[in-house]
Amino acid sequence: MKDPVLKTTADLQQLREKLQHNRNVNKTVITVCAGTGCLACGCESVAKTFRELLASDHMENEVELKTTGCHGFCERGPLVVIQPQGVFYQRVRPADAKLIWEQTIKGGKLVNKLLYKDPQSQQVIKLEKDIPFYRKQMRLIFGRNGYMDPTSISDYILLGGYQAMVKALTTMKPEQVIDIVKKSGLRGRGGGGFPTGKKWESCRRAKGEPKYIICNADEGDPGAFMNRSLLEGNPHSVIEGMVIGAFAIGSTDGFVYVRNEYPLAVKNLTIAINQAREYGLLGQNILGTGFNFDIEISRGGGAFVCGESTALMASLEGKVGEPRAKYIHTVEAGFNDKPSNLNNVETWANIPLIVERGPEWFASIGTEGSKGTKVFALTGKVNNTGLVEVPMGITLREILYDIGGGVPNNKRFKAVQTGGPSGGTLIVETSDAAIHDSLVAHGDINEDDEPHSLLDLPVDFDELTRAGSMMGSGGMIVMDEDSCMVDVARYFLNFLQEESCGKCLPCREGIVVMLNILNKICHGEGTMEDITYLEQLSQVIIDTSLCQLGGSAPNPVLSTIRYFRQEYIAHVRDKRCPAGVCKDLVAHAIDNTCTGCHACVKPCPTAAIIGEPKRLHVIIQDKCIQCGACYQICRYNSIKRVKRGEGDRIQQRAREMWQPRITDKQPAPVA
Amino acid sequence: MTTTAVKPEEYDVQEAIDKIVAEYGAKPSALIMILQDIQKHYRYLPESAMHAVSKSMKLPIAQIYGVATFYRSFSLKPKGKNHVCVCTGTACHVRQATVIVDKLRRDLKIEPGETTPDGEISLETVNCLGACALGPLVTANDIYYGNMTVSKTEQMLNDIRAGKLSAKKDEVAG
Repeated sequence: MKDPVLKTTADLQQLREKLQHNRNVNKTVITVCAGTGCLACGCESVAKTFRELLASDHMENEVELKTTGCHGFCERGPLVVIQPQGVFYQRVRPADAKLIWEQTIKGGKLVNKLLYKDPQSQQVIKLEKDIPFYRKQMRLIFGRNGYMDPTSISDYILLGGYQAMVKALTTMKPEQVIDIVKKSGLRGRGGGGFPTGKKWESCRRAKGEPKYIICNADEGDPGAFMNRSLLEGNPHSVIEGMVIGAFAIGSTDGFVYVRNEYPLAVKNLTIAINQAREYGLLGQNILGTGFNFDIEISRGGGAFVCGESTALMASLEGKVGEPRAKYIHTVEAGFNDKPSNLNNVETWANIPLIVERGPEWFASIGTEGSKGTKVFALTGKVNNTGLVEVPMGITLREILYDIGGGVPNNKRFKAVQTGGPSGGTLIVETSDAAIHDSLVAHGDINEDDEPHSLLDLPVDFDELTRAGSMMGSGGMIVMDEDSCMVDVARYFLNFLQEESCGKCLPCREGIVVMLNILNKICHGEGTMEDITYLEQLSQVIIDTSLCQLGGSAPNPVLSTIRYFRQEYIAHVRDKRCPAGVCKDLVAHAIDNTCTGCHACVKPCPTAAIIGEPKRLHVIIQDKCIQCGACYQICRYNSIKRVKRGEGDRIQQRAREMWQPRITDKQPAPVA
Repeated sequence: MTTTAVKPEEYDVQEAIDKIVAEYGAKPSALIMILQDIQKHYRYLPESAMHAVSKSMKLPIAQIYGVATFYRSFSLKPKGKNHVCVCTGTACHVRQATVIVDKLRRDLKIEPGETTPDGEISLETVNCLGACALGPLVTANDIYYGNMTVSKTEQMLNDIRAGKLSAKKDEVAG
C-alpha cells in the first residue's frame, strides 16, 4: 500500500496553512450549483459554457469555476453565485452564462434579469444572504455546500475540515467524546429522535468484537432529500463524523448504506472515501494517532423497510431486508450479531460541529428537548421549494411564509405533512368553506366553530409528536385547497402496503384492509361506520406490529381523521370530494368565465371538449374521464371541479350567462 | 442507460459473473451490489446469471432469488429499450403525478412495471427521486422532464419513439 499523504496531525495543519497561504481571497469564484435539482434543470451545460469561456479568454488566474453541492434553493435552479461578493443569479440557462461572463465577470456589472425578485415586495435582491429564503435559516450543516467542490478534499480541509477529528483523536478520551455528545443534547435525525450520546454509550459498553459503525443513507421517505444532498454536497463531513464516532465507540469498521437510486451520492461518497484513505484520514494509523478505521459503501436495493435498523442490518448481510423484534438491541447484536451503532447521515454531520465548537454552543440552539438545527425538505404547493435548515423551535408560520414564500397561484394553505409515511398531516389553515357550511347545515358543528390552526406550532421532536405527527427524516410537504386529505391518507397507505416486508400479519394484512376502506370512501361507497372502524383498526396495528413501519403506518390516516374529519364525512355522507381530487366523486365543468381561448381542447385525451375559438366551450360529461388535463392548462380558472352529476347543470347556467370577452359580439354557441 | 443490452446466451455467463463477483469479493454483504451490477449489464436478472452467482458466491439459490424478488430495484423480466419512470413521491403526488401515470398508461396500453409488446418502452413508477422542486417529474432514460403536464408527456413519448431523446438532453428544463 502507498504511504498516505498526511502522516501526522501536524502534516494536516501544515497542509491547511499552505492552502490558506495559496488562496487568493480576492479571486472571483463562479460557483455553479450541481445538486440533483439543478442538474435536472441543465446546470451541466451552464458550467460547461463557463469552462469554455474561461479557457478561451485565458482567465484561469483571475477567475475560478467551482461546481458545488446543493445550495438548497431548488425552486430557482440552476443557481450561479459569484464569490466573494455572493451575487446570486437564478434560473441560469447556458445562453445566460455568456451574459454573466461578459457583464459581471469582465464588466463588473449585474445582469438584472437573472437576479432574484421577491414575489411579495417586488424588490430585486442582489446578494445570496439577503434573499428571504436564506435569511431566516441557520445553515450549520449545509452552509459549506456553496463554497466547496464535493470532490475536492482540499476544499474541505481549507474550510476547517477534519479539525474536529484531530481534536477528538489527540486531546480527548473516547468517554469524553461520548460525554460531550450527551451534553450537547443531540437527538437522532433519522426520525426517532433517540439521544445520540446514549446510543453511543450503550454500544461502547456492549460486549463483542468487532464493533460496527453504520451510516443510514437509505432515505426512502418520499419527499425527503436532505441526506442525498448532504452526501452529494459535503460527503467529508459525514466521514469525519463517523471517524469521531468510531473512536468514541471503539470501532474499526464502518458502513454507509446508501440508496442505489442516488447515483451521484454514491459517486461523490466513493470519491471522498478514496481521497480520505489516500490522505491518511481513514485506514490504518490515522494521522499517526494509532487509531484504525475504514468505511465501506453498501448500495441498498430500494426497500423502504430497510430504513429500519434491524432490516438495514439484515440487508447489509446480503439477506432479505426483514426487521426482527428488538428485545436485543442492535447496539448489542446488530450486523453479523456484533454490536452496531447506526445513525442517520444528518446526525453524523452534526458530530464534527459539536466536537469543534463545544456542547454548550450546540445546546444553546433549539428548544428544551430538541437541540441544534434540522434540515427540512420543503416541497409540494409552496413557492420556494428546497432544502431549509432552521433552528429547532421555529414556527410553521416562519417556515411556510417567511422562508417558503407562501402558496403559489393565490390558493389557500390547507395542510402540511411531516414525517413521511410514518408521520401525519397537520392542519394549518381553516378548511374548505363548503365543508364548513355542510356540517353546520347537518348540525355537526356550530356556525362559529372553526377548525383550529397550527401555524404557530413550534417545530421540534416533541411538539410534532404531540400534534399527532412526527419529525421523521424531515420531509415537509405543503398542501393547498386542491389536495384531498382522504386521498393523501390513501396515497401513504398504498405506499406502505407496497413496502411492507410482509413478515408480520398486522402490517401485511391490516394495512391492506385499511387501504380497501379508504378506496371505498374515495369511490363514494363509504359508510360512517367505516370511519370508526378505521380508527379502531389503526390502534390494533399500532399495538401489534413488529417494527415501526407497521407501528406508525396508521398515522397518516389517524392524523387526517383528527384534523379533517369533515372531509371524510363529506366523502361518505354527501358523496362529495371538496378538493375535487377523487375521480368518482368529481366532474369537470366550464363556467361562464370561459374566454374561448381553445387551449383546453388539444390536451383532452378523449376529445370531450368542444367549442369554437372565442366561443364558450363545453365538456361533454359522458366522454370526460376526469383526467384533469384541461383543469391544469386553463389560465382563466374557468374549468371547475364540481360534484359528480352537477357538470351539466353548471354548464347550462354558463350558457345562459356567457358573454363574449373580446370585441366579438356573436352569441354563444349552443353545444 | 443505453439501448444496447447484453443477451446472456451470447457468451459464457459464468465467466462474466465471476468477474463481477471478484470485484467485490464473494462475501454475502456484497450480494445486493453484485446483483445490481448484473442487472445494469443485462437490464434484468436472467436465470442463468442467478445460478452463476449462486455458484460463484457459494450461496444457496433460494437466497439469491429471495433477495432478487424482495427488493424493488430488481427485475426478473427483460426491460424495454427505453425506460420511462414517473416519480410518485408525495410532492409529485400532490402536484398531480397520477394524471401523468394515467396518461402514460392509456397511451402505452401497459401498467407500471410492464414493457410494451414491441419491447420499446418500459413504464415504471418510483417513490421519490429527490428532485421535488420539479414535480411532477418524469425521467426518460436518464433525462429529467420537470413540471410535467399531459401535453408535455405526449411530446416526450413522441421524442422517445423518434429516437430524439439524447438531443433533448441539453435543453430540458423545469
